[in-house]
Amino acid sequence: MSAYKPLGGRLATLPVILGSLVAMVALYYMAQRFMHGLGSVANINQGYPWGIWVVYDVVVGTGFACGGYALALAVYAANRGQYHPLIRPALLASLFGYTLGGFSAFFDMGRWWQAYNIFLPWHMNLNSVMLEVGLCVTAYILVLWVEFSPTLLTQLRQRGLLRWVNRFMFVFIAIGMLLPTMHQSSLGSLLIAAGYKVSPLWQTPLLPALFLLSALAMGFSIVLFEGALSTWSFRRPSESHLLAPLSQVMVALLVAYLLLRGVDLTLRGAWGPAFAGDLKGNMFWLEQLLFAVPLFVLASKQRRSRSSWLFIGGVAMLLAGSLYRFNAFLVGWNPGGNFHYFPSIPEIIVSLGMIAIEVVGYLIIVKKLPVLHSADHAKAAA
Amino acid sequence: MSNQWLEREKWFDASEVEVRTGINRRDFLKFCTGVAATLGLSGNAGLAIAEAVTNKQRPPVIWLSGQECTGCTESLLRSYHPTVEQLVLELISLEYSETLSAAAGHQVEENRRRAMEQYKGQYVLVVEGSIPTKDGGIYCKVADKTFLHHVEETAAGAAAVIAIGSCASWGGIPSSGPNPTGAVGVPQVVTDRPLVTVPGCPPNPYNFLATVLHLLTFGKLPALDEKLRPKFAYSRLIHENCERRAHFDAGRFALEFGDAGHRQGWCLYKLGCKGPETYANCPQILFGDVGSGSWPVGTGHPCFGCTEQGVGFTKAIHALAHVKNVEPPAHFPRIEEEQGRGVSAGTAAFAGALGGLAVGAGAMAVRDMRKEEATAQKSDKAEG
Amino acid sequence: MKRREFLLAAGGAALATVSGGAAARDNRPVLPHAIGMLYDSTLCIGCKACVAACKRANEMPPETEMKDWAVDLSPKTLNVIKAYVDGSGLAKDHESNGYAFVKRHCMHCVDAGCVSVCPVQAMRKDQTSGVVSHHPEACIGCRYCVMACPYDVPKFDIHNAFGQIHKCQFCNHRLAEGKVPACVEVCPTGASLFGSREQMLAEAQRRVALQEGEPYDYPRLTLDAPYRHKKEAPIYQQHIFGEKEGGGTQVLHISGVPYQKLGLPQLPERSYAAMSETVQHTLYDGMMLPGAILAGLLFVARRNSGDHSDDE
Repeated sequence: MSAYKPLGGRLATLPVILGSLVAMVALYYMAQRFMHGLGSVANINQGYPWGIWVVYDVVVGTGFACGGYALALAVYAANRGQYHPLIRPALLASLFGYTLGGFSAFFDMGRWWQAYNIFLPWHMNLNSVMLEVGLCVTAYILVLWVEFSPTLLTQLRQRGLLRWVNRFMFVFIAIGMLLPTMHQSSLGSLLIAAGYKVSPLWQTPLLPALFLLSALAMGFSIVLFEGALSTWSFRRPSESHLLAPLSQVMVALLVAYLLLRGVDLTLRGAWGPAFAGDLKGNMFWLEQLLFAVPLFVLASKQRRSRSSWLFIGGVAMLLAGSLYRFNAFLVGWNPGGNFHYFPSIPEIIVSLGMIAIEVVGYLIIVKKLPVLHSADHAKAAA
Repeated sequence: MSNQWLEREKWFDASEVEVRTGINRRDFLKFCTGVAATLGLSGNAGLAIAEAVTNKQRPPVIWLSGQECTGCTESLLRSYHPTVEQLVLELISLEYSETLSAAAGHQVEENRRRAMEQYKGQYVLVVEGSIPTKDGGIYCKVADKTFLHHVEETAAGAAAVIAIGSCASWGGIPSSGPNPTGAVGVPQVVTDRPLVTVPGCPPNPYNFLATVLHLLTFGKLPALDEKLRPKFAYSRLIHENCERRAHFDAGRFALEFGDAGHRQGWCLYKLGCKGPETYANCPQILFGDVGSGSWPVGTGHPCFGCTEQGVGFTKAIHALAHVKNVEPPAHFPRIEEEQGRGVSAGTAAFAGALGGLAVGAGAMAVRDMRKEEATAQKSDKAEG
Repeated sequence: MKRREFLLAAGGAALATVSGGAAARDNRPVLPHAIGMLYDSTLCIGCKACVAACKRANEMPPETEMKDWAVDLSPKTLNVIKAYVDGSGLAKDHESNGYAFVKRHCMHCVDAGCVSVCPVQAMRKDQTSGVVSHHPEACIGCRYCVMACPYDVPKFDIHNAFGQIHKCQFCNHRLAEGKVPACVEVCPTGASLFGSREQMLAEAQRRVALQEGEPYDYPRLTLDAPYRHKKEAPIYQQHIFGEKEGGGTQVLHISGVPYQKLGLPQLPERSYAAMSETVQHTLYDGMMLPGAILAGLLFVARRNSGDHSDDE
C-alpha cells in the first residue's frame, strides 16, 4: 500500500522563487552577524538579550513545529489511526521547524564555536533549564529525522535499512512524544528564573504546563492550517473530514488552557496589570481574544466541517499560541531600567528567511518525496 | 582693537604715577592689566583701571584692625609685581591704619576723626579681623572704645566697606567654637552699607587689590555671591581647577604624608583636602608670587578651606570634604538610562507591511476556500 | 491499555515522583567563609575613582559609544556609578530635591541565578569565597545568565563577532595576590568596604542603627585597616539591601534613599534560582517522571504503531 505519493509538478513556482530570494537576503545578514557580531544585525541589547531570533525562531517556531508531536500523540498514544495520513506532512513541517529552530539557536548563540560544550558531560549543569532545552531539542531533531527517514529511504529504495528502521520505529515514536513534552514545557520554565522581569501576567510556576498546552494547541492548529492550506493551494480534495474531529481535541485543550490561565491569575492575584491599559495589558487581552476565536469557531459542528472555518480557527489559534509566547518572552519583559527593543529590519529578514527556507523546502519535498497522502486514500477513509 | 589700544596708550599719561609711585610706565600698565585679568576683564579694562589709578583724586581709606593677626596686611605687603604696598599706599590715601600709619596714639585717632568728617560718604572702610560682640564687645578695645563701636561709627560714613580676611568676613578663627568673645564678621554688624568680603587666611592679596581697583574704576563693587564674596575670585571650587584633579578622577590618593602617593603628587582628598567644598581661585592665581605650585595643595598640604565659612576653622583638618561639584550631579548616568532601540518608523512600516501581507494572503485564501466550498456544495446538491 | 488507563498510569507515576523524590529546593545558605563588600551610598561622593580603577585592574576598554562614560554596566564597564536625582538635586541622600549615588556591579548572590541557569557551568560560585565568576572558555553565549540576573549584571559583547560575557569577578585575580578589590582600594571615603560577608553585615547593621548626626568612625578599605575617618551619620534607610533579597547577596548596600529609587529591584526572599530549580527538579528528579512517561509511551507506541506502520 503506497498511500503516500510525491505530488510532482514544476519546482520553480513563484513562491519557491520568492522564498529563495528572501532566504538569500537572510543569509547575507546572517553572514554579517558572523562577521561583526549579533549586535550588527539584531537590535538585541543588554536589557533584551533575547530577540526574535530566540523568541520567534526557537520558542514560537518550535511551537509551530509541534504538529508532528500533537499528531503523534493523537495517532499513537490515543490510538486514533485515522489521523495517520496527516502524520507525514506534519512530521515534515516539524522536521523543518525544529531543524531551523535548532539552527537559529545556533546562530543566535554568542559563542557558537563552543556550542558543543553543552553536550560534554563535565560541562553540564543539571540545574539549568537551558541544558534541558538544548539537549532535548537536539535529541528531538535527531528523532524527527529518524521518524522521517522512511520517506527518504523509500525514495532511495533502501529496503533493508527501511525494514530495520521500521522495526525500532516505535521506540523513536515514543521518544518523539516524550521529548517535546519535556522541552516545550521547559521553554516556559526558562522564564521562571527571570523572576520579576516577566510581568505577573505571564510569570507563574505553571509556565511549563501553560507552554505545554500552548505547544499542543499550536501543534494541532498547525495541522489544521497546513491541511486547509495544502488542500487549497495544491487543489487536493478536502481533508475536513479528518481535520474536524481534531478540532474537538483543540476545543478541549483550549478550555483547559484558558481555565488554567484564569485560575492561575486569580490565585496569584495578578489580574491587576491586565487592566492597566498599557501595551502589556492590551496584548494580554488580544492574546485571550485570539484564544477565544478558535473556541468560537470550533465549538460549532457546522463551522468545524468547513475548511475555511478550520483555516480561520487554526490561524487564530496559531496566532494565540505565538502571541502567548511572544508576550511571555518579549512584551511582558521588563528588565528594569529603560530598555527598548523592537527587531531591526535585517533581524526580521533573517527570521523571514528561516520561514522562507521552511516553505521552499516543504514545497519542494512534497513534490519530490512521498509525503502527502494520496487523494484516493483520503477519500476512501471518509 | 590694536589701533584703539595704541591711541589710548598715547593719550594716556602715566608720568604722574611714575613720579608718585616710582614705578615705570611699562610695569604700571602690566600691573593694571594683571589686575584686570584677575577680575576676569579684558585688556581694555586694564587701561580703564590705569586711568582710574592715575586720577589724582585718590580715594581715602580707613583701615581698622580688630581681633586679628595682621596676616592679611602682611600678605598684602608681600605682593610683588609691582611692590603693592607702594602702589596701594600711593594710589589710595590711607588715612588710618594701625599697622602702617607712622603716627600713633591720639594723633592718629584724631586723623581718623578728621578724615571721617572730611570725606563723609566718600571713604572706603577696610576691616581686618573679627568683631567681638559678647559682653558689649569689651574683648577688643582701641583708644578706649570697643572695636564694635569703631566699626559701627566708621561704617556709618563709608561709601563702601571691604572685609578683608576670614575673621572680618564671618568671624574666622576667633569665632571657632566655643567662641569666647562672641566674635562675628562685618556682615553681622554692618548691614546698611555696600559691603564686600574677601575671605581667606590670609586672603590672596590680588583678590583684595582687584576688588579695590574695581571699586576705583567703576565706582561700584564687583558682582558678589550670596556670601558677599566677589564672584571673580570665589565662584569656583578649588577642586574644579586643582592641578591634582586628574589624580582624584583616576582614584590616585595620598594616604599619608610622605607615602609613595604623596611623593608623586597624588590627590590629597583622603588626607582631608577641602578643595571640593571650598570656593576660591587659589589654583588659578596661586599665592605669594614665588612661582608654580605656590599654594597649599601645590606644596602637598590639603586645602583646609580657609575661605569657606563652616569649613575652615570648623571642620577637622583631616575630616573628609563634602564634594560639592556634583551638586546637582550632572555627569552621571541616571538610574534608568534610555537604552536599546525601540520601534522606528521604518521598522514599524516594514513589520506592518509584512503583517498586512500575511493578513491579506489569509483573507484571500479564506475567500477562495469559501468559493470552493460553495461550488462543492452545489455539485453535491446536483449529485444528490 | 486504553487511553484512560495510560493517562491514569502516567499521572500516577507523575504524582509518585512529585511527592516522593524532589522536595522544594531551598535557598542556598551563605558559605561560611563568604567574602563580602559593603557599599554605603551616603559615603559615596561620586568621584568614580572605583570606575577608573576597575577599568585598570580588569583591563577593560574605554566606552566609545554615545558618551565617553558608561551609561550603565556594559561589556566594557564592570562597575558604574549612577546618580539618583530629584528636583533641584542639591541635598545629598535626600529623596526629594536631593541626590544619591549608587554603585552597580555584580552583587555576588548567595544563591546566584546566573550560576543556576548556565547550561555549561560557565558561571561558577566559588565554594570558599562565594565569588560568582564567569569562565568564557565554557560559555556558549546563550545569554540566559543575562536574562536570569535580577540585577542585569552579565553583559554579552554583542558587537563583537567573538564576544563574551563580561561581569565583575570580585577582582579575584587581585584577591589571589592578597589585595582587596580595586574599587575598594581606591575608594576615598570607604563607601566601598571589603571584608567577610559576616563582617560587612554586622557593620551595615551598626551603621543603620546610628542616630542622625551621631559621629561615627568610618573605616576605609577594610574594618581593621588603619585608615578611618570621622563623620556624622546621615539618616539611613532601616533596611540592608542584600541581606535577604533574592536569597541574599555578598555585596550589601545601605543608603539614605529608598533602594528602589537607586534602581535596585524589589525581590522576594526566595531566590529565583530556588524557584526555577524546584520546578525543574520536581519534573526531572532522577529522570523518574520522564522515565515513567517514556515507559508508557513505549508501550502504547509499540502496540499502536503496528496498526498503521509505514513499511508495506
